[in-house]
Parts: sequence; structure tokens; C-alpha cells
Amino acid sequence: DPPAVPVISLSTSNPKSGHYTQNSVEDDFELSTVCYRPEGLDKLLEQTKFTKKELQILYRGFKNECPSGIVNEEAFKLIYSQFFPQGDSSTYAHFLFEAFDTNKNGSVSFEDFVMGLSIILRGSINDRLNWAFNLYDLNKDGCITKEEMLDIMKSIYDMMGKWTYPCMQDNAPKEHVENFFQKMDRNNDGVVTIDEFIESCQKDENIMQSMQLFDNVI
Amino acid sequence: MAAGVAAWLPFARAAAIGWMPVANLPMPMAPAEKSKRQDELIILNVSGRRFQTWKNTLDRYPDTLLGSSEKEFFYDEETKEYFFDRDPDVFRCVLNFYRTGKLHYPRYECISSYDEELAFFGIIPEIIGDCCYEEYKDRKRENAERLMDDQEDNKDSKQPNVTFRETMWRAFENPHTSTMALVFYYVTGFFIAVSVITNVVETVPCGATPNQKDMPCGERYTVAFFCIDTACVMIFTVEYLMRLFAAPSRYRFMRSVMSIIDVVAILPYYIGLVMTNNEDVSGAFVTLRVFRVFRIFKFSRHSQGLRILGYTLKSCASELGFLLFSLTMAIIIFATVMFYAEKGSTSSKFTSIPASFWYTIVTMTTLGYGDMVPKTIAGKIFGSICSLSGVLVIALPVPVIVSNFSRIYHQNQRADKRRAQKVQKARLARIRISKTGTSRPFLHSKRNGLPNEALDLTGSIEEGNHQGAAISLLESQHHHLLRCLEKTTNHKFVDEHLYEQNCLEGALQSYPSHSPSLSSSGSLTGTCCSRRARKSSHLPNASAPPGPLCGLQELSAVHIQHSDRPPLSTSRSSLNLMPKEVLCKTNCKSSQITAAIISIPTPPGTTPDGDGHTPSSPSSQTTVSSNIVKVSAL
Repeated sequence: DPPAVPVISLSTSNPKSGHYTQNSVEDDFELSTVCYRPEGLDKLLEQTKFTKKELQILYRGFKNECPSGIVNEEAFKLIYSQFFPQGDSSTYAHFLFEAFDTNKNGSVSFEDFVMGLSIILRGSINDRLNWAFNLYDLNKDGCITKEEMLDIMKSIYDMMGKWTYPCMQDNAPKEHVENFFQKMDRNNDGVVTIDEFIESCQKDENIMQSMQLFDNVI
Repeated sequence: MAAGVAAWLPFARAAAIGWMPVANLPMPMAPAEKSKRQDELIILNVSGRRFQTWKNTLDRYPDTLLGSSEKEFFYDEETKEYFFDRDPDVFRCVLNFYRTGKLHYPRYECISSYDEELAFFGIIPEIIGDCCYEEYKDRKRENAERLMDDQEDNKDSKQPNVTFRETMWRAFENPHTSTMALVFYYVTGFFIAVSVITNVVETVPCGATPNQKDMPCGERYTVAFFCIDTACVMIFTVEYLMRLFAAPSRYRFMRSVMSIIDVVAILPYYIGLVMTNNEDVSGAFVTLRVFRVFRIFKFSRHSQGLRILGYTLKSCASELGFLLFSLTMAIIIFATVMFYAEKGSTSSKFTSIPASFWYTIVTMTTLGYGDMVPKTIAGKIFGSICSLSGVLVIALPVPVIVSNFSRIYHQNQRADKRRAQKVQKARLARIRISKTGTSRPFLHSKRNGLPNEALDLTGSIEEGNHQGAAISLLESQHHHLLRCLEKTTNHKFVDEHLYEQNCLEGALQSYPSHSPSLSSSGSLTGTCCSRRARKSSHLPNASAPPGPLCGLQELSAVHIQHSDRPPLSTSRSSLNLMPKEVLCKTNCKSSQITAAIISIPTPPGTTPDGDGHTPSSPSSQTTVSSNIVKVSAL
């Protein structure tokens, strides 16, 4: 399960505590002047598996793009879309955002960001598979239904855009989902639970191999 | 790739974890870093001022001097820094561009020195942020105009091979170009004045001789006036002919207002020459002499102010017309009222309504000649109302003309802005092109047959890095990410042209969905040629094909989908159900896969090519008798 995010100390106002009663204009203004500072480097070192240098590099990149210290969904989508110029990555970015935003407060702070990255890049294979399952499980109820998987699949195919070879069929995602469920759904009950998922992945050579790609991303 | 997000590449690569479990194909190897480089500080010594920044910051823009290996030329081994003998103030802006991703233009900086620095560091000025771009463009335009003015002055004196005709025209248009032109300008001006004064003096009664009554000077000194008139007309004629000769476009010149004025000014004289002896038309001839006064308009060539006034009036024509109309209405109303009011009084001057017009006009314009005055009380009351309303009406034209004048003035300014906007659009287009250039390098690298195989097989990126254009590590990582996506979805990225080519030739129709009816390619949303629609569309009268055939189709479709052969290319079978003969608008033809398990007699299919290039076998169409199914093969 996602690691608990510790309380963050803030310099000005706390977006978590109830300033939401004010009207929206002031809210925006407040949020834009909020400066969100993460905890000390040491605490993060304890909680994640990154080295100090790596955390520094990550934070510099993060802060450069988001001077206010937090990413909201729009900025998140914008950043992610820069990497996929040909397609539409907003849906997948939305799912990612949901997965990173562990405390469901509508914004991703540096801690959330770095925790997620720590699991993906420095975690064990099981951790990674867990994280992926969490990404797929849109309503976080512990199992992946066909509809959820279809949404995810469509979002992935959306990133390819229009200009692909071979031409993108309309039912390509759906067929892919069928294939996925054939592989993963052991007891054929129409949903994939976490155990089925991990078990099936561990049996698949390709997936195991691709999981190791993340070892030296940073 | 944009600047700051280069730092987010690790995140993007990590996010690819969502694709791994759903991918059916193995992922390509990742580009490995040659060495676990720590991020290092770089010292940039610009004319003695030291700037320091992270190496990664400079690497964000690999197509500039600082971001590429070009800076190695400036590396100083002893001091371990990069030395640039350039302006440190402008360098500050350049370096900030790397840091923030936005290029600013400082107002105090000279435009040409700024341009030079940008050119030196390999940065295109179009990237200047919106905050500073207007200023930059304005300065640049001023500079260019100044240069052009200088060039023109030089050009006039330097170019010997301009034709005589062109020199003449330029002399006419701009009297300051040469002394001859100036002389010509003053001579014509003098003669215009002489001519106008002559016309005026002609009618003044000269000193009377004792035995004759006063007669106008024109009749007394007929010969003298005639000589002066002839001389002036000759000058004007010569001038007109010379202008006509020198004009670049004679037809346009003859239609222009000034030339019409010229013609009208000299025509009466010639007509008079022709018709001197005819008594009947002498009256008309006298009238023609009135047109001689138009010579005064020739002065507008000499006066800029006259020209502007004329132009303003011309552009105010519609407003003035409306004003005239409303004035006419008021005149008619008041004239009628006055007429009926004064009808009763005796010896009234208001004999008819048109006769009252004169009174109304004189009163409304507050002239008040007094030749017609109302005598009855009602008449006086209405007369005063008339004069009061007249004051209001007179106040109307002035703001109209003024507002028109200011409108014309602003229009001129807006024309400049519109020119700037066109430039803005061009600029945005250029930025967009350079941004979409992010997808280009990826496709280029694929087309060059780059790292794909090399990476997969050898796992080293040494070769990859040294092939073709130097791909930075960042780019190779980005490309690897895109390749993973391709593997996940089992589709490849192509660029637009290739896509359209494939669509035209490879023509993959949309597969039958799970519903029994086949969706034909009749509607645009169903084909591959159009955007992948969320729902496949069905032709309204797509009749359901026979069941077993449909099942076979599905089988073949499934079979193809999961085949591991990478370029299924043009050799997919697609069975078009064509209730009508309508295909997609590009008239896609489809080809057939040899692996299709279809029990329809088919023409010999072409063997699938390895890399999806268009096979050039002739297309043939076979119709199956029982079903309205056409199978065509490329």
C-alpha cells in the first residue's frame, strides 16, 4: 500500500486546512502564492531509496518546472504531453496523477513525486508490480475490471496519435484488453485481483525483463 | 524537447511502468549512460565575468552553441573554463534563456548587437518570449527602415543604370531628388499661381477711360491675357505629357485624380481654341472658363496638407452624405411649416415651399440674411425653433469629420499592426515547426535505421551515439521511451506523409466490431484515414453478411492482430462490405494477407513485404457472387 505521507511544513498558508470557503478567485490567488516546501533532505533520504545527489537533481528539476512546490493536474498533463508530441497523453497523465497523488488532495507535492519514483525506480519487482496494479485499479477497490483496463488501454493508445503504422483501428485497445484478461484472469471471473496480477506477471518473461528496465533510469 | 522538462525525463520513463504489464512484445534495451556522471558545474568566462551553471542546464538546448559540443572549441585547459570573448551583458540574457526557458530582450540593448550575440550562440530570435517580442520587433523594424532609407539615398546617387524614365518619374514625385526636379517644381508652382491670378484679375474692372464705361481687364487687354493664358496652358500641357511619359503605369496614371485635374484645367483652353468662331456655343464656352479655376487644385501636388484634407473628405463621404440627408429632411419640414404659417399674412415672401427653403437654410445655418422674415406670430415662433435647431444641426458635421480623421489616422496605425500580426503568425508558425521538430528526430533516427537493432542486439549505445547526428543522451532516452510505447501498442510512429501514403495504398478498413454487421468504409469516421473515432460507425443499411463468413473474418482478424510479425504492412486482409460502391474518399484499396482463412476465391495475394513499402502489383477486384463482398488486392 502507498506509503504514508508525513505532514509538511509550509511557509505561508496551508492549502489543506480550510481555506476552501473563500471564493474561487481568492482561492486561485492563494494557491498561486503558496510556497510549498518539502521536508528536509534527510527525512526524504530515510523514506526513499535515492541517494542525496539523486534527490538534489530530482528536486532541482521539480522546482524548476513548478516553482510553487506542487504540481496540479493541469501542469502535470502539460509536462507529460511534452514527451509525446504526436499523441494525446492527457488521459494517461490523469491516471498517473491519480496514482502519484496518494493523499488525494488534488496536487502532487515533491514528497509524493519522489515516493512514487522511489518505488518505481528503486523498488523490488513486486513493489513495481504493486504500483502498476495501483495505477490500473482506477477506483482503488483491489481489482481491475475490464472497463478500467479498457480506459487505461485507450489512454495508452491515445498517446500514439493518429499517424501510426499500421493504421490505428478502433477496436485495437479492446482487443488488447481481451488479450490481457486472457493472460491475467486466472479464474475467469472477469476481474483481475492483485494476486492474479502478480502471479501472471511473474510467469511472463517479457514483463519480468521489462521491469528491470527501470533499474538505471536515474 | 522543451527545456525544463528535460529534467522530468526520468519521471516520464518511470511512468512507463504502466505500459509494461500490458505489452505483449519485449521492450528494447535502454540506452545506458556511459558513466554515472554526476552533474557538474561549468564555468563560463565571458570577457572576464564568470558565470557558473550546471552542465545539465546547458544540455537542454542541444542545437545551440553552449548545448552542443561546439563549446569545446572555447575550452581553456589551464583554467578549466570556457572562455568567450563576447559581451557579458547580453550573455546574461542568453544564459537566463537556458535556465528559465524564456529569452528576454533588454530594452537598453542595441538591436544589432543583440542579434549578433544571438547568432553567435546559435539561438533563433523567434524564441523571444511574448513579453519582449513586440519591443524586439519594433526595434528591428525601425532599424531595417533606417537601413533602407540609407540605402535609398545611396542607391539614388549610385545607380547609373536606372532608366531615364524612372529618374523622371522620381523627379516628379519627389522634388528633392535633384536640382532639376526642384526647378521644375517651382516653375510649375509659379505658373499655376500666375494662371490663377490671371483668371481672377481678368474680371476686375480696370481703370475706365473717359469715353468708355468700366470694363473688365480681360476685355481691355485681351491679347495680353490671351498670351499669358496660352503660356500657362502650354506649360501645363508639357508637364502633363511629361508625366504621362514617365509614369510607370500609364493607365493608372490617367485614372488618378491629379491627372484628371490636370486635364480639366487645360481642356477649356483647347475647346476655346476650337470653338472661337461659333456664336451659339459661346455661352457654353464662357461656362467652360469656370473650369479654369480647377487649376488651383494643381497646388495639391505641392501641398501635403491639401492632399490629406482631400483624402479625409473623401473618406468622410458617407457620413457627410447622411448628414446632408438629415439636413434636407429638417429643411423640408421647417419650410413646410413656415409656408403654412405665413400663408395667411399678406405680401409674404413665402410664396411656395421651395421658396421657403431659402429662408430655412439661411436660418438654420444662423446666417440670417434678413431678406425673408416671418411676419405672423406663428411664423416667428416656428422661425425661432428653426434657428435653435439649426444650431444643433450645425454642430453635427464637425465631430463627424474629426472622428473620421482620427479614424483614418488610427487605421494607418492599425495597418502597421496588421502587418506585425502577419509577422506574428509567421513567427508562431516557425516556433511550432521547431517544436514539432521533437517528433522529427525520433522518426529520422528510425528511418536511418538507427539504434533499434543495434541496441537490441548489442545493448551498447556506443554505435548509436556516434551515428549520424550526435544524439544526446537525453534524446536517446526519449527515443527509447517512444519505442517502448510502440512496442506496447504494437504500432509504429510514422510522420504525416508516410501515414497518408499508407492510408492510400495500404488501406486498412476498420475491422468488424463484435456486432455482426460490418462497418464499411463508407463513412469517414470508420476508416483508418480519419481520426480513430470512439465508436465505429455503421452504414445504415449495412446488411449482415452470412454468419460463417463473419466468423471467418473475425478469426482472420484476430489471427492478424496477434501475429508477432512486426510489419503486417499492407498485407492485411480486409473484407469490405459494400452495400453501395462507396469507399472512403481516397478510394482505398485493400490488400490481402496470405494467412487469411477465407473461403472466398481470391486473386493470388502478394507476399507481404518486409518493411511495408508499397507493393506495386496491379489491383484487381473480384466479386464473390453470393455475397456483396469485394476483395481487392494490391
